[in-house]
Amino acid sequence: MDIRRNTIAAALSMIVMTVVLGIAYPLAITGISQVTFPGNANGQQVHRAGRLVGSKLIGQNFGTAVLEKNGKPKEVKGAVVTEPDPRYFQTRPSATEGGADNAASSTFSNLGPNSIKAEEGDAERIKEYLALNKPYDPTLTVAGIPVDAINTSASGFDPEISVANADVQAHRIAAVRRLSFSRVTELIAKYTSDRSLGVFGESGVNVLELNLALARMSGGR
Amino acid sequence: MTLGGWTQAVVFFAILVAITPLLGAYMARVYTGEQVLLARVFGGFERTIYRGIRVDSRKAQDWKAYAASVLLFSLAGWLLLYLILRTQTVHPFNPEGFHSAPWNVTFNTVTSFLTNTNWQYYSGETTMTYFSQMAGLTVQNFVSAAVGICVAVALIRGIVGRSGKGLGNFWQDLVRTVLYVLLPISVIAALVFVSQGVIQTLGHYLSFTGPTGLSGHIAMGPVASQEAIKNLGTNGGGFFNTNAAHPFENPTGLTNVLEPLLMLAIPAALTATYGRMVGSRRQGWALFAAMTVMFAVGFSVLYAAEVHGSPAQHAAGLHTVATHGSLGGNLEGKEVRFGTGGSALFDTTATATSTGAVDSSFDSLTGLGGAVPMANLGTGEVIFGGVGSGLYVMLLYALIAVFIGGLMVGRTPELLGKKIEAREIKLATLGILITPLTALAATAIAIADHAGRVSIFNTGPQGFSETFYAYLSQANNNGSAFAGYTGFIQPNAGSVGSHGITFADLLGSFNLAFARYAPILFVLAVAGSLAGKRVSPAGLGTMRTDNPTFVVLLLGVILLVGALTFFPALILGPIVQALTGHLY
Repeated sequence: MDIRRNTIAAALSMIVMTVVLGIAYPLAITGISQVTFPGNANGQQVHRAGRLVGSKLIGQNFGTAVLEKNGKPKEVKGAVVTEPDPRYFQTRPSATEGGADNAASSTFSNLGPNSIKAEEGDAERIKEYLALNKPYDPTLTVAGIPVDAINTSASGFDPEISVANADVQAHRIAAVRRLSFSRVTELIAKYTSDRSLGVFGESGVNVLELNLALARMSGGR
Repeated sequence: MTLGGWTQAVVFFAILVAITPLLGAYMARVYTGEQVLLARVFGGFERTIYRGIRVDSRKAQDWKAYAASVLLFSLAGWLLLYLILRTQTVHPFNPEGFHSAPWNVTFNTVTSFLTNTNWQYYSGETTMTYFSQMAGLTVQNFVSAAVGICVAVALIRGIVGRSGKGLGNFWQDLVRTVLYVLLPISVIAALVFVSQGVIQTLGHYLSFTGPTGLSGHIAMGPVASQEAIKNLGTNGGGFFNTNAAHPFENPTGLTNVLEPLLMLAIPAALTATYGRMVGSRRQGWALFAAMTVMFAVGFSVLYAAEVHGSPAQHAAGLHTVATHGSLGGNLEGKEVRFGTGGSALFDTTATATSTGAVDSSFDSLTGLGGAVPMANLGTGEVIFGGVGSGLYVMLLYALIAVFIGGLMVGRTPELLGKKIEAREIKLATLGILITPLTALAATAIAIADHAGRVSIFNTGPQGFSETFYAYLSQANNNGSAFAGYTGFIQPNAGSVGSHGITFADLLGSFNLAFARYAPILFVLAVAGSLAGKRVSPAGLGTMRTDNPTFVVLLLGVILLVGALTFFPALILGPIVQALTGHLY
């Protein structure tokens, strides 16, 4: 057992491994990806009129800033307070800090299954969901609210909502945007992804794509 | 539970069964020195590395020399990674201008990545430079996995060895594992991930203004290259804070099964490698069968529990039954594209193997659902387990099973013709018990001391579950978390004004290192002890280790050790919550 030789080998091999696995490998993958899949490698960015409006994979907050009496945006803990914009489909609840759907800092709510805070949060969001959607869909009851509309997502910016959640919101969208209900549900179907290869995962509706398609139909807003 | 959820799980497992013998046979050829196709391409490079690091790769090492090489290599890796993570302000590829985390958090992170655990008190996108992620963390993703595989291969050589004390050469095993197994599969996996939407860029974080006029930022990075080895090497450390729940790490239903497949690929294949190297493939399939039984039970329980929903949901009035177009179940901390079925599959795999990646929030699992990851860890990570470590701990259990079986029929216990004597049983027992001992002792200390309680996030039994899980996960080198438990207070992105919780950081570090390297030493000592033994021919009275009877005996031993050790702790946390609708 030659400790000195082994020590030299250990130090040198870490340097070799760092160069091969830590520099050459990731840079090679970056180079190949940027050439073969530039859209994916850069996060499936969505541009409108030359400006970045988001990423297809990153859910965002389709709300508007709540204004104080002096006309400035209201803030709590440095995050702008928002309310849902009824013209747009709303994404899932988010537990990220610095405002909902903060894709610079992903986080879970981490609230346990028997947590009072989890129960209170759910109850509060049930109230908000009913207030937003029941005026346009009088048949909506608590029992009919899809779970994904109330529970916070894992990433904090789930890009998708369930078809049931989209269907509930379709009543509101159709009324506010003066579109026929069937026109809106057709659009939902268009942006609903099936399970991968028909087997893996669950189907869901991409909210950013759906909202942008809606905005295009009504002249950009 | 839906037909779709079950179909997905069955197809997933069928693919695993199909690739296990193929990859297993390939790896057996790599480690017995047969010429593989890739060796023709990289053989010259391999020999150049040996010359560069000045080792004679043909010289076989006895168990002590092999162990010394493992320890020295790990020490060198520890020092280099600590240096890299402490010097973030001078890094290239640091577009967001991040500072280093506090020393105690770095101490924990370094130990965690060295031990193939990837427990993370930090949040990737607000702490780590791209350079740290690539040259620091990705490298350890590879080599800590390689170390585990090397130790398992050395143990197999000890079991089959018929002459002398040699267990092979660590440096050769290390380089071959990296060049012929981990790197080629990672390159392919990384590119497949990018084709599905995993990002790979060195550019700045994005700024956008959405349709309603709100602006936001999106964290970016070289994710795919790390995502591949993170899963393949059963590492599990996420590029981002929410790990594989982040759409840039795990964008589709397909990646959500490819990632668990990568996690299981090598641990499952190693059972076949074992079978081939000992000259009887049935030996490998017997281990595979025992692992499969435990995996299937865990998945079923977790899936059913999450479909049922949580007391908090029901108290709020939510209806958790799946209806047309609605997923139902407990979706707190879960993503729509995975649902309860995909999340249960991912989470079962990530805790059965020692990966510890998550695609949903463990802290928000139901009581019974959360008991499954704990039970998986409680087996000592032998349900396929970590790369290498799963097999070597399982073989320690096999020694105990053979010993108990031998006592029952009144014959000298043997494994593949080699007599198992007091020395091997003592070493195997120590190797198995050291991990639960470390986990339980650390949990007790952390619960008893007020310094441990500041890390807790949830109230009630969940607070205990978080603490227990933290030390169980670190001791088993898994790395998944009930993530409310914290060792790092970070008020601002970029670690400005942040501080670590020294108690949790250091207790965790000790846990990580001790429960990784002590079992490795015991395993190598067993290998050394077996290597020199004569093989006696199998007779009529020999207890077979490749039939269903042995599989049941092995499962019984694992269940007995795990249940006796962990049942009291499980009752205090998840089981209380599963039995009550009370809110805390």
